[in-house]
This record gives sequence, structure tokens and C-alpha cells, in this order.
Amino acid sequence: MLLAGCSGELSALDPAGPRAASLATLWWIMLGGAALLFALVMVLFGIAYLRPGWLSRITPMQWIVGGGLVLPIPILVLLTGAALVLGEQLLPKGDAPLRIEGQARQWAWSFGYPGGAGPYDGTLHMPAGEPVDIAVTSADVIHSFWVPRLGGKIDAIPGHVNVIRLEADEPGIYWGQCAEYCGQGHDGMQFRVEAHAPEDFAALMAGAAQ
Amino acid sequence: MSSVNHTVLGKRFMVVALTFFAIGGFLSMLIRAQLATPNSAFIGPEIYNQIFTMHGTVMMFLFAIPMFEGFVIYMLPKMLGARDMAFPRLTAYGFWCYLFGGSILIIALLVGAAPDSGWFMYTPLSSRPYTPGINADVWLLGLTFVEISAVTAAIEIFISILKMRAPGMSLARMPLIGWYMLVTSGMMIVGFPPLILGAILLELERAFDLPFFDPTRGGDPLLWQHLFWLFGHPEVYIIFLPAAGALSTIIPVFAQRTILGYRSIIAAIVAMGFLSFGLWVHHMFTVGIPHLALAFFSAASALVAVPTAIQIFAWIGTLASGRPRWDIPMLYVAGFFCVFVIGGLTGVMLAMVPFNTQAHDSYFVVAHLHYVLVGGFVFPMLAGIYHWMPHISGRQSLYRLSVPAFWLIFIGFNLTFFLMHLTGLMGMPRRISTYPSNWGWDWLNLLSSIGGFILTMGFCLVLADLVLQWRFGRRYRRDPWKAQTLEWATATPPAPYNFAALPRVDRRADMLEPAKIGPVLAGARAISASCAMASRKRWASTCSPASRST
Repeated sequence: MLLAGCSGELSALDPAGPRAASLATLWWIMLGGAALLFALVMVLFGIAYLRPGWLSRITPMQWIVGGGLVLPIPILVLLTGAALVLGEQLLPKGDAPLRIEGQARQWAWSFGYPGGAGPYDGTLHMPAGEPVDIAVTSADVIHSFWVPRLGGKIDAIPGHVNVIRLEADEPGIYWGQCAEYCGQGHDGMQFRVEAHAPEDFAALMAGAAQ
Repeated sequence: MSSVNHTVLGKRFMVVALTFFAIGGFLSMLIRAQLATPNSAFIGPEIYNQIFTMHGTVMMFLFAIPMFEGFVIYMLPKMLGARDMAFPRLTAYGFWCYLFGGSILIIALLVGAAPDSGWFMYTPLSSRPYTPGINADVWLLGLTFVEISAVTAAIEIFISILKMRAPGMSLARMPLIGWYMLVTSGMMIVGFPPLILGAILLELERAFDLPFFDPTRGGDPLLWQHLFWLFGHPEVYIIFLPAAGALSTIIPVFAQRTILGYRSIIAAIVAMGFLSFGLWVHHMFTVGIPHLALAFFSAASALVAVPTAIQIFAWIGTLASGRPRWDIPMLYVAGFFCVFVIGGLTGVMLAMVPFNTQAHDSYFVVAHLHYVLVGGFVFPMLAGIYHWMPHISGRQSLYRLSVPAFWLIFIGFNLTFFLMHLTGLMGMPRRISTYPSNWGWDWLNLLSSIGGFILTMGFCLVLADLVLQWRFGRRYRRDPWKAQTLEWATATPPAPYNFAALPRVDRRADMLEPAKIGPVLAGARAISASCAMASRKRWASTCSPASRST
């Protein structure tokens, strides 16, 4: 029921690839931890008012050291460490089978493929089942490339080329959009992502190159 | 008009800041009206972009900072046992700079030429080729006046704390709010110049075509982001710390014991001030900075949770080990705990780089920042208003409207912003003026808009409550809350010179008995006032009971 409420074609909570799935998992774990910590603080605050006797024997040092140091530090060390490891795993490092050039401008995207196949304005074609690097830049102002169901976002900045790695489990249609405010057409800067079975993708590239 | 008295100017600052709060709130209602339904044709993107830019700008620069400046200018000398701030004319100068700069922005809004590049003004969108009108110049020039006002206020607060304390009040005896303000004003002195400088660079680029931020001619748009956030992140703590100072003053009064962990809290404040300058890049996790460099800023952002937790638990511990009583200010303190803790927890989530790549620039961040700023500033401010309004008006609260007003604000706020966490994770990016109905965001946005209007009704009720208190509230003698700090030893409403004789402090200044020392200090009125006028001409305008007020 809750998960059904979270589904949607731009929903980061409805991942369609391993990279977006690990980000969604990180979210659900952090949500659980945050709910527990929130409950703890509110219960302590409630007890302070409703049952003042219960907490009166805790010394000032115990409040400060216990609540301020012992409670948060291990959680933060563990979480920051885990996020660092996850972030390293998600980096576009090593050989990616395919590198696609993405260029943003006010207010549209265009994508170029190795060997000069394309660009197909507005639609990003990629093979499913394998990681793909998108090298993103901008021709004018700053935009941001975001396909929530396949991975996180990366900014498209004039004068810079930033690379993000995406992966789709299954062939299908996904949606992306500009996440950085870029002027009057910012609302409408969506783009289609078509993930194809690898042989279909190869055929598409071969056809486009001719 | 020409007053330089801190009580008068503090009140003026607060009244003007609350007026801007109303303007910013009105703009947010327009935003929520536009976003309530998909494909809305209420206001187009051209107007919408001006409105959300002005909402952010007004709330951050024209409301939050001047509001606490006004509070501090009014209250600090009274808490430190002084007759005025160190440089009364500078107070007045800061006020007029603020009013002038803020008026430029509001006039631009009324004539439809308001800034429309976002409150963060990212280049090159805000550069001349993409914003050819005067909109961006209005922001850069108007805001620079407001920033100059903030720097003058910061210098004045810093010096006043170091030089103007009552005899016997060493730094180690100062009430905690003095420490909060000492650190905050130090942060402002360091944090505002990068923005003033950045604004000057951008104006030079716009006016004289010097390509500081233009990548085609050797500049870099990221330079702006670094300058902006080097100011912009400390700014958030600059807003939170004074509010935390108010909480550290209010909570002991209602716990009926002195604050627990005085020294630990001071250490936490200093740590926060220090850390706040080492985490601005967490606004820039997706700009393509190498991952290990991001790790440093991620860890620093997470680490801020430690001094925050120290304060949260010191406050809860103070309540738990005292004899807590319940009153309207405590209602807002409870609201603060609930809202701010959620904001802090989502802040730790956003500090994690991988999660940030999904949530950044989505409505999740809109939810987070409102939980932090409304929880960390507006709720404590409302607690402070109910706590200190009797000091300003000389009358006590009426309570009829206070409780329903709180519940409207609390429920309205959470309905508006709690759902936005989900809206953002479902992919809604910030700053879009409309959206189609096929992404599944419709019902979330409609509920957020309904919540927003409930919230506004709550604020209107607070306003009505304050007007009624001003008109019909019961008068009282000294120190209605049995607080133990010096501001309650003045007459209420206070005389322009605060204390006829300056108090001599022989213990920690949050363990005093204002009801006893107040009359003693007032009794010395004749001698001290004339003496002050004769010996230090500088005081003349502030000592004289004839000094004009608004």
C-alpha cells in the first residue's frame, strides 16, 4: 500500500535499476533509524513533563555525554562510512561499455553516441542490463540531469563535463528531467529514456550510423 | 525618526522584519495556490519565478536575520546590564540601510521587475545574457545594503558583548544567550563578506562585462556557488543560534531550574560556529567535485549533529531535572522539538552523498529546509514573542487565542511540509511553476496547499492575539515569569536608559532575582541618570527620558 503510493514514473522510491535500488535501500534504512531517534527524543521530552520523577536521577554529565556524544557519534560514523563506501561503488570508474554525451540547453536535452550515431533530440537511448556512462555538459546556463528510477543526478555546467553512471534492469521507457532551476522553461525540460535489449540497441546504433 | 536608542531601534527592526515576514508569507500563499492543482494557469512562469525568488530572499535576508538583530538590539543591553549598545549611531545606520535595501526589493516586486534567478542567483543564469533586465541588479544592489546592515549589527553586537557588560559580569557569568550572540556575530563578521564580495563581482560582470563567471572567457560559474554557499551555509546557523539562545533562556524559566551543562553548551556553540564554515559544499554535492573531496564535507555536515544533540539533550535534561510548568511559550518549545528534530534528522540524511544525488533540488530539500528554519527559528521566535512580549508591552498574554493559534500553526506546518518529503522522493524538482498530472504528485500538492492555508490562518490568529494583548492584556509588576535574568529587572515597558543604576553582578547572571534588584536599581534613578549625562555625553540621547520614540 505504502509502496504503491510511492510508485511513479519519476519516483526515486520505485527503482528500475541496481544503482537507484541501492539509493532507495539507503533511504529506507535511514528512514527507520530517523524514526527511532525521533521517537526517543519525543518520548524523553514527554516523560520530562508527564513523569518528571523518572528522569530526575540522570546527572547533567549523563545527559550531555550520553545524549550528545555516545548516542550520535557511533551512528554518524557508521552511516557516513557506509555512505562513503556506497558512493565509491556508484562512481563511474573502470571501463563502462558505453559513454553517451548529453548536452543541455535552454530548454531541451540532446544526446550523442559513440561513432557519431545521433544525436536524437530529447530521447536518450541506452542498452538495458549494463552500466552506461552519461557525460553531461551545458551550452548555456546550469541544468541538472536526473533520471530518478535509474540513478541520482549530476549537474550540467557550462565549461565542465560531469559523468554519471546509470543502469536499467529491463528494457522500457523511463523519464528524466532537469533538476536545476534554469529559467522560464524549467518546468518543461523532461526527456525520455528508452532502454533497449542489447541486440536491439546495437541494431539501432548500426541503423543510425548509416 | 532620528532616534539612536537601542530599545526604539530594536522594536523598529522587529516590526519591519515582521512586516517582511507577512510579505514573504503572502508570496508563499501565491506559490501554494499555483501548485495546488496540475497544469495551473493561475500565474505563469515569468511571475512565478519572481515570486519564489522573492519568497526565499525576503524570508532569509529581510525577515530572519533582521528579526533576531532587532531582538538582540532590544534585549542584549538589558540582559547584560548595560544602558545601550556600544555604538548607538551605528545601530541607527544599520536600520536605515536595511529599510532602504529591503524597500528596493519590494518596490521592484510591485512594478514587476523583481529578481527571478532564484534566491541563490546562480550564474550564468543571473548573468547579463540570460537575465538582461534589471531584475538581477535589484537583488545585487538591494541585498548588499541589507548585508552591510547585517555586518554593522554583527560588529556592534560583538563589541557590546565584550565591552558593555555590567560590573562583575565576567564572560563566564554571562547568560548563555550572550555566548550564543558572541559566536553568531563572529560568524556574521566572517560569513557575510564573501557574499558582499560575490555580489560585487557579479554586478561588475553584469555592468562592465568582466567575465568572472563566464566559462567561455576564462571564468567559472562554480566560483559564484562557492562564494554564495561559503556565506549561505553559515547563514543557516547564524539564523539558528540566536533562536537556540532564546530557547536556552526560556527553557530554564519554565523548568524552574538553571540550565544544565552551561559549559558544555558553550563548547557546543563554539564547535557549531567553527564547523559551520567547513560544510558549504554539501549544497554542491552534484556539481562534479571528486568524491573523496565530498567525503570531507559529508563528514563535517554529519558532525554538526553532535553539538546540536548536546544542546537538545541539555534542554531536555533541564526540563527533566527541574519542576517543569506549562505555559504558551512552552507549547511552542514543544513544537520546536518536534519540528526541528525531524529537520535535523533529514539533514543528516542529506549529508550522505549518495542519497543527496537523489534528493538534491527536489521537494525533499524544500521539506528539510522548512523543517530546519521554521522549526529552528520560527517556533523559537513565537515562543520568544509570547515570553518577551510582556516586557515590550507591559501587559500579559490573554491566552484565549494563543492555544488554537498554536495548533493551527503546528498542524498546518506539518501538513504542508511533511508530505513534501514524499513529493520530492517521487521526483518533483524544486522551482517548477506547474506540473502535469501524470507523475502522481497531484494529491500531495493539494494537501500541501491546504496545509499552507491552515498555517497562514494560525499566523493571522497570533497577530490578532498580540493586538488584543497590547490593548487588553493585564498589567503586571516585575518579572511575571519568575525569570532569573537581568532584562526583567528593568521597568516594563523599559525606560530608555534601562537601568537608572547599573547592577553589580556577583554570581552567574542567569541566577539573579530581578524582582528584588529591579526596584533597588530604579531607586537610584535620579543620581545615576544625571551622572551619566554629565560624565559621558555619548549617553545623552539614550539617558534622557525625553528621547523620542516611534
